[in-house]
Amino acid sequence: MTDQIPALRLEGIVKTFPGVRALDNVSFEVMPGEVHALMGENGAGKSTLMKVLGGIHDPDEGQIYIAEKPVVMTSPMQAKANGVVFIHQELSLADELSVAENIFLGELPRRSFGRVDWQTLYDATDAILKTLNVGFNARTRLGDLSIANQQMVEIARALTVDPRAVIFDEPTASLTDAEKVVLFKVIADLQSRGVGVIYISHRMEEIFKITDRISVLRDGQYRGTLNTAETNEEEVTHLMIGRKLDLSRNESHHEMGDVALEVRNLSCGELFEDVSFSVRRGEVLGFYGLVGAGRTEIAETIFGLRDPSSGQIFLNGEEVRIHSPQDAIRRGISLVPEDRKAQGLVLGMNCRDNMTLPQVDDMTAGPFVSDGAEVAIFDQYRDKLDIRTPGWRQLVGNLSGGNQQKIVIGKWLSMHPEVLIVDEPTRGIDVGSKSEIHNLIRELAAQGYAVIVISSEMPEVLHVSDRIVAMFSGKVMREFTSEEVTEDSLIQAISGISGDKVA
Amino acid sequence: MAELTTKGLGKLLARQGILVAFVVFMIAFALANPRFIAIDNISGVIRSSAILGVMALGVTFVVIGGNLDLSVGSMMSFSTIVVLDLHDKIGPSLAIPAMFAMTLALGGFIGFLVGYLKLNSLIVTLGMLSAIHGLTLTWSGGKNMDIADKEGTWFSVFGQGSIVGIPVPILMFALLAVVLSIILGKTPFGRKVYAVGGNGTAATFSGIPRARVVFMTYLFSAFCVATAGLIQASRSLGSQNTVGQGLELEVLAAVILGGASLLGGSGTVFKTVIGVLILGFIQNGLLLMGLAFYVQYVVTWIIIILAVWLDIAAKRGRLWSPIA
Amino acid sequence: MNSQFRVNLIKQGGIWAFIVVELIFFSVAGELLAVTDKAFMDFDNMLLLLKQSAPIGIIALGMTIIMINGNIDLSVGAIFALSAIVLLDSMTWPFMAALGDWAIPLAWGFALLTGVVLGAVNGFIVWKTGVDAFIVTLGSMLGFRGLVFMYNGEQPTSHLNWTLVDFAEAQFLGLHTATWFLLVAGLLLWLLMTRTVHGRNAYAIGNNREAAVNAGIRVGPHFLWNFMLIGFLAALSAVVFYSESGSVNPNDGMLYELWAITAVVLGGTKLTGGYGSIVSTLGGVIAIQLLRKGLGHIGADTQTVNLVIGLILITVLFLDRQLNRKGKEELKT
Repeated sequence: MTDQIPALRLEGIVKTFPGVRALDNVSFEVMPGEVHALMGENGAGKSTLMKVLGGIHDPDEGQIYIAEKPVVMTSPMQAKANGVVFIHQELSLADELSVAENIFLGELPRRSFGRVDWQTLYDATDAILKTLNVGFNARTRLGDLSIANQQMVEIARALTVDPRAVIFDEPTASLTDAEKVVLFKVIADLQSRGVGVIYISHRMEEIFKITDRISVLRDGQYRGTLNTAETNEEEVTHLMIGRKLDLSRNESHHEMGDVALEVRNLSCGELFEDVSFSVRRGEVLGFYGLVGAGRTEIAETIFGLRDPSSGQIFLNGEEVRIHSPQDAIRRGISLVPEDRKAQGLVLGMNCRDNMTLPQVDDMTAGPFVSDGAEVAIFDQYRDKLDIRTPGWRQLVGNLSGGNQQKIVIGKWLSMHPEVLIVDEPTRGIDVGSKSEIHNLIRELAAQGYAVIVISSEMPEVLHVSDRIVAMFSGKVMREFTSEEVTEDSLIQAISGISGDKVA
Repeated sequence: MAELTTKGLGKLLARQGILVAFVVFMIAFALANPRFIAIDNISGVIRSSAILGVMALGVTFVVIGGNLDLSVGSMMSFSTIVVLDLHDKIGPSLAIPAMFAMTLALGGFIGFLVGYLKLNSLIVTLGMLSAIHGLTLTWSGGKNMDIADKEGTWFSVFGQGSIVGIPVPILMFALLAVVLSIILGKTPFGRKVYAVGGNGTAATFSGIPRARVVFMTYLFSAFCVATAGLIQASRSLGSQNTVGQGLELEVLAAVILGGASLLGGSGTVFKTVIGVLILGFIQNGLLLMGLAFYVQYVVTWIIIILAVWLDIAAKRGRLWSPIA
Repeated sequence: MNSQFRVNLIKQGGIWAFIVVELIFFSVAGELLAVTDKAFMDFDNMLLLLKQSAPIGIIALGMTIIMINGNIDLSVGAIFALSAIVLLDSMTWPFMAALGDWAIPLAWGFALLTGVVLGAVNGFIVWKTGVDAFIVTLGSMLGFRGLVFMYNGEQPTSHLNWTLVDFAEAQFLGLHTATWFLLVAGLLLWLLMTRTVHGRNAYAIGNNREAAVNAGIRVGPHFLWNFMLIGFLAALSAVVFYSESGSVNPNDGMLYELWAITAVVLGGTKLTGGYGSIVSTLGGVIAIQLLRKGLGHIGADTQTVNLVIGLILITVLFLDRQLNRKGKEELKT
């Protein structure tokens, strides 16, 4: 392998966004016929790196080489023309069109008068589909396919050119085990054709099964490359996490009160099944699992955004039925949602109005909203949570991610909830604000709140939780106390390996 | 320094562009023809804008709430015909509340469809435009509606009367503008309208009853339409079935000109009033310059496109669109 | 039969089933109410119905493509009127008069060119400014109407050319000239949307614009072409209609945009883009015209047609939503 030239090489890539150095001098290469894993925590810079590679972002510095020839990427199309193709986690397909039209989107074969050359189109598509060994044909409407099969279409798209490098971004997130086997065969096939494969995933098991080398990014910096055969999960994890602090368990224990929220045998269609757990005052309950394991949906159900198909919810020992967020809020349940910008904030509104939104009905003097009462609330929580903003008139959309998240948390704290559910508390937030928010969560528990934290980041769950619920595919796999939990057992539980399910 | 000034000017234009444009317009027209700023002329413009203006106030609620209302013109015809018909049948003092109740019921129906059933507001109000037109025609039998005794009714006060020298339509427009401005700007309900229009999902996640808020915006719109119908009926004391036809789009033009985004969440009652007045004064100014009324259509077109274009250009930081 | 297939079948067959129901209903009701001796499904009556469907129908075909793109065009009524004026007025120009009947194709050409140019103005503004098509065409609806008035004041524009009238009133294989225009335009556009790269890209853009852009489809010029196309069709509709009537009022064509959109939505095209068909739009156009005629046939007030169409439109929207619901587990936002 060493005497070959790399299929794709990135050198000294720097990319800064206002306030964030997203990529700091990153170098990376993939050889022909190699499967090279790219790993890192959320926010480590993987997706920014891929956007630079795909021509969506211009790098501030650095150079991309294909077969050692320098290239400038200006668009995904151009990247493809250069033989670099992406298979995205979020599908970029048109579901009203046929499979063939999707595979050749933007480059349909033409005949005279701008007509589509259907024969060529279908033949070419079927030829590609045959190599993928799938159970549908070129004429199938895309929307009629399962997500896994749509993923296969996305992969088929990559094969319309003779690719030099194929980038898989979390390709197995929505695949079943059987479908994964097919995917891995496709990857092996690409490998044998001398294509360089970049494989982005959080799943250690897969990484160790199919990759040759592993490169790690952390905080926008390149942290090193390991040969898969010569390393182990611990070493990789250490490279990814880096800071000793973050792997530490929560050690600050304090008095816990009564059970505030209890959920018994809760199910919601196929989203999650038979989920039971409870959380006490003064306790932080962590929910850990992969994306799509059903954690967010549980939170949404408790918050009244979904109707459960069966099961019970108890608040302070009393059964409650929650039909809407208003119900939930009235009973003292608050939810800091997963997607801050889409669900947490009205970006075009100012900081104060966002913070007082759920209680604007109570912020009144006579029939009017009382400026004074609102500003008082805002000032109180700005100081308490150390929100850095020029003033309450600032539009929330102009704040940094960390400060935005604090506005959302402040919004709910000012309501004095009994149960606070925080979904992905630090997604897309810089390291400094991250630990601030972690400390805040611990502090809230100490003040007697019952807190549920949902997170996809293991260090985060370990760091803040008193107990951890591990979920896999809509089911609770195991419950751990912070003393007994180990990284291995946690990873096994959320991968569906561990069978001992807690009743 | 020069850069700083242009920057400041740009900011001012971006934020208060429509107000600046309004002032520039007024000065230009005034220079061209001093009669333009005579009190009676200004009063005349506002009076003739009152009907459009009152309707635009209500549509402002709907648009800020993130929806559209294309049915207001058709609904205004309905209100006018109904109140004129009932005037002779049950007397004006009963006819007016009856007409308001019926118009609000129509608005409530639309609000139910858009708010609670979550149907697309463009199509719903398009359908209602047609349906209400049919309702009006059925009510009137397709004939023009006239009050029998045009001299002997106090009903004409809403359209023709004046209090301390100010025409009643202007007073009603002004009063409604102030009240609605306070509701939108100062009450919890107003705040919720902005939240629902700005980001409906986030509003729901904050425990705001999105459906009810949307429903309410249509009630406000219907109330304004009923008021406009009252002024229209009272002014002419007789009407065709199609008196409000086409007004829905002019109303929308005024609201957009005022700077409300069709995406929802932005705009104010005050800005809408400015938008209405700009349309009114352009029409008047062009007339005074001896141009036909339809020249204003072309001018309005250019102004709307420029206003919206510059607005989004300021937001995206570049003049030309990034569409390839 | 899986549920997705069933949903698709209902969506595509729905409008035709509705037409059949209308035919049966009006025939039976007509007999029972006995307001007229004539059968509803009289052949001549049906031919006339097709002819009367043509003006809105031709515009609705263009609207289908615009809406599949995810845009909308509110200015078609004004384009219709201005093209009509150019058609009739141009035949009175001195040099045209000298050409005899050769003036006719030339006048048609001028009218169609007018439509294309106005459409291009819309398309260009949408492309270059990035302002939403709804606002752009809302503005040009006013602006183009202003141009209509500026052309000839508030006076009607009239010019009767008997050769033209004869042509417009002619029947070929039983079908009126206007019907032929509708059917041929329908056929060509159906081919465009189902067989050509441009048509397929229109679906792709409306369905997932970001994916289309990433795949290198040039969205801006694509929009421009489609706005030119709908401008052309609005003008064609005017050509067909005014060749026969010979006189255009400056208010003609008002609210045509709403009728056209109604027909397109009845045909099942999605307002959000990416889904719809030319054939179903023809169904929508015919269904509306049937309703108009049918209500007249059973002696209902012609006025009720507006009421009925409005309510049907809303019902269709409601049913479409029910078909697309994910069920109880859906997030309640």
